Amino acid sequence: MTAIAADAAPAPLTFKSVSKRFAAGDRVVSALRDVSLSLPLGQVTALVGPDGAGKTTLLRLAAGLLLPDSGSIASFGLDTATAGAQLHQLIGYMPQRFGLYEDLSVLENLNLYADLYGISPQDRQQRFAELMRMTNLQKFNQRLAGQLSGGMKQKLGLACTLLNRPKLLLLDEPSVGVDPLSRRELWQIIESLVGQFGTTVLLSTAYMDEAERCQQVVLLDSGEILHQDAPAGFHRLAEACSYQLSSPVLGKRMLQQRLQMHADLIDSVVQGDAVRAVARPASWPDWMAIFDTAEQVRITSVPPRLEDAFIMLLLARHDEKLPVETVCFVSGNGSRFLATEQPAVIEVEQVDRWFGNFQAVKKLSFEVRHGEIFGLLGANGAGKTTTFRMLCGLLPASNGRLRVAGLDLRTAAAQARARLGYMSQKFSLYGQLSVRQNLQFFSHAYGLRHKLRLQRIAWAFQEFDLTEFADTNSVDLPLGYKQRLALACALMHEPEILFLDEPTSGIDPLARREFWNRINSLAAQGVTILVTTHFMEEAEYCDRLLIMREGDILAAGTPAEIRSRSQTAEQAPAETMEEAFIRLLELTGASAE
Amino acid sequence: MSVASQRLLGLIRKEFLQVLRDPSSLAIAFAMPVFLLLLFGYGVSLDARRVPIGLVIEHVSPASRSFSAGFDYSDYFQAHYFRDMREARQALLTRKINAIVHLQADFDQRLTGSEPAPIQVIVNGVDANTARLTSGYVQGVFEAWLNARAAWQGQEAPQPVQLAARVWYNSALRSRNFLVPGLIAVIMTLIGALLTALVMAREWERGTMEALISTPVSVREVLLGKLIPYYLLGMGGMLLSISMAVFLFQVPLVGSLWVLLVAGTLFLLAALGMGLLISIAAKNQFVAGQIAIVVTFLPAFILSGFIFNIDSMPWAVQLFTHLVAARYFVAILQTVFLAGNIWEVILPNALALLLMASAFLALALWRAPRRLE
Repeated sequence: MTAIAADAAPAPLTFKSVSKRFAAGDRVVSALRDVSLSLPLGQVTALVGPDGAGKTTLLRLAAGLLLPDSGSIASFGLDTATAGAQLHQLIGYMPQRFGLYEDLSVLENLNLYADLYGISPQDRQQRFAELMRMTNLQKFNQRLAGQLSGGMKQKLGLACTLLNRPKLLLLDEPSVGVDPLSRRELWQIIESLVGQFGTTVLLSTAYMDEAERCQQVVLLDSGEILHQDAPAGFHRLAEACSYQLSSPVLGKRMLQQRLQMHADLIDSVVQGDAVRAVARPASWPDWMAIFDTAEQVRITSVPPRLEDAFIMLLLARHDEKLPVETVCFVSGNGSRFLATEQPAVIEVEQVDRWFGNFQAVKKLSFEVRHGEIFGLLGANGAGKTTTFRMLCGLLPASNGRLRVAGLDLRTAAAQARARLGYMSQKFSLYGQLSVRQNLQFFSHAYGLRHKLRLQRIAWAFQEFDLTEFADTNSVDLPLGYKQRLALACALMHEPEILFLDEPTSGIDPLARREFWNRINSLAAQGVTILVTTHFMEEAEYCDRLLIMREGDILAAGTPAEIRSRSQTAEQAPAETMEEAFIRLLELTGASAE
Repeated sequence: MSVASQRLLGLIRKEFLQVLRDPSSLAIAFAMPVFLLLLFGYGVSLDARRVPIGLVIEHVSPASRSFSAGFDYSDYFQAHYFRDMREARQALLTRKINAIVHLQADFDQRLTGSEPAPIQVIVNGVDANTARLTSGYVQGVFEAWLNARAAWQGQEAPQPVQLAARVWYNSALRSRNFLVPGLIAVIMTLIGALLTALVMAREWERGTMEALISTPVSVREVLLGKLIPYYLLGMGGMLLSISMAVFLFQVPLVGSLWVLLVAGTLFLLAALGMGLLISIAAKNQFVAGQIAIVVTFLPAFILSGFIFNIDSMPWAVQLFTHLVAARYFVAILQTVFLAGNIWEVILPNALALLLMASAFLALALWRAPRRLE
């Protein structure tokens, strides 16, 4: 034991000027720079920040899986550099992919971790029973972990980590890709742990509402701690800056566009039927200059959220306003798709898809009209990706009819594909090719003629601000730029329909806003957009949406319709899509499984 | 039960469950060995048997007929008769036959006369090995015929030296007897190095290693947790191969089984050590598989003396074969199976295996990551 001789009991976790660098190719990347941190006992601390801010590195350092290049890290007074097994007895760490053996059953996974933690057979029975009660997994004891839903995997991963009753619990993005109901259950488990055993918890998350529930929030950016405080402290930073605006005349998207033009407003997001805007601190936006009285804009001051402060702090640091990204879709004039009537361009009728004896999609029917942004929402494993692949003609339907741009996918999949752009979850770029080479390749692949090809490549460089990175290999691009390049590639042949599969997965709030601004401007030019996401809050960006659950439709309609559907005799309609989702689940009587 | 042995047992149990549930592990551990044994036991043969040969006999006579009967009744040849050289040459060109034996019209005349009676033999030399064997066999038929003829005429053959060759240790000269024991080394490389490297890489790829090393388990336990299951699996593969060799392919086991098992243990430990070392360098399954095939499996096939004789390799390659663990094991296997417990062969080779096994395992333990980097 090293001497961090403290008078009081040593803190669950202390970082003292910790720096950590990695070699990425021939460059050296600073993952953490001079980070100092101390976690108070028995509290839940959230680690938030943009992608690549160093959240995972920080957690791995805390778990003793990495060693700092300089500085020191101690957990309950034990130096992570020297304390081995002793440290691992105190700390429970759940990596991003839960660390489960997918070809072992639930019980076998639990037994393995019980063996690894050296838990005696007597204790084991009692702890298993306790964890099973907490996680509701007892019914699935014999099921292979690989066949569990995302939510159940997460709970099993957590149960394995909790077997040893750790004093410090480290969770790396525990709720990514998990449905809202499972997310809520996870939080119940965490909060009951803290109450019962006084466990100290540090978790990283991309969800601001999760961070709001924590006692402490640490905002990390480019390897440095930008701010650390209780959520209330973050709120104070954004005090009196947040407004809610609505107008029966303008509509939410138009309203948002107006707000984005204004220099004093640093952020605006669609929320329900209204738009939430954040003004620069100590500025009083001149609403009269932005809106006409005839537009009947109602402006109310609303209490700040953590997310407001998050955006504010990040923008202040990078010294910029959130960029207003609009994409001029066609290189010439942008009015190609201004149609008056809105015919259906995607039609799905009674579609089934079986994999062996597993039905991934069940009698699905919906249609998407021209120029719409249509969202396909649901947790991992709900059948979104399967539906998507069928629509792209990559996977045949077992039963039913699929038409895209008036073409039947059974007979004319190739023609249909020529008229749609597809951006896949992992971006499908050629990592070893430069940005220019990727653009060249995709323009060839779509069969563009020489002159048009040059024109489109020039367009892509200009519209997506890629000139700076023209000769960088795409694997080395920052995530946000990778996403831009992927979108540019998908738009090379000016498709009338754009399919986006989880375009914002793993992307922080800043980059997400930028991305949706681009999508909005594309839709305004008449491109029909079908998008999948597991972020319920992104539903608000869609004109209409479909929430899927286990291959079935849970709800469909406009965001407002879906929210109002969650209204019951006792309860007012849900304010957020997430809440609506949970209520609808409860109304339809579906359990966690 | 101590906590440490509880951890180890937990890891071993997990490993066996994974092997049993993973089709690709099952294929490498059980299906591939059986497939290779059947292929080399039945399919591949280095002997030339029933070689198609073309006979062109321009004038049929008792002498030429008795000469050609030597080909008709030989196990080594399948005789085809052609009327003239043109036809035969065509058949040689289209690879219907491997060689032509040509007796000219005046063969009989010359044979009874004082002039030498020439026999023309043309061999297709594209496959050099078969060509050499074929020309040797033709010569054999010719000599047998000469002897028989001399005996029939009541004369001694006009040969100053009588060669009486005897083949020891594999008296039937079956190449199967020599291939199948050597194959055991290849099969154990498959399980010890390839499978072990793959399953380690899989732990990194799926993120389970990250969870594993954040528990109180030690590096030594993680490595032992891999070594023990795959050691048992490898020895299982060895026993399976030995029984198939002895009972199915009738390969004689002259030496003793326990010598094989001890040598097998040493070799398997070396292979496992290599597998673990590879997995330390390569943390994804594709790269680990590539490296394992190139540095362990292919050398075991090509450079171990399993098929190709090491003594006839260029000296630089011969020198290199000393780094191939399979080479020592193949020498032991072939000796113990066919010649018996020849300690002069077994001991030095076993010593080499012991050194390699200790070196690889020590290196693996030393280099094994205790953290994520």
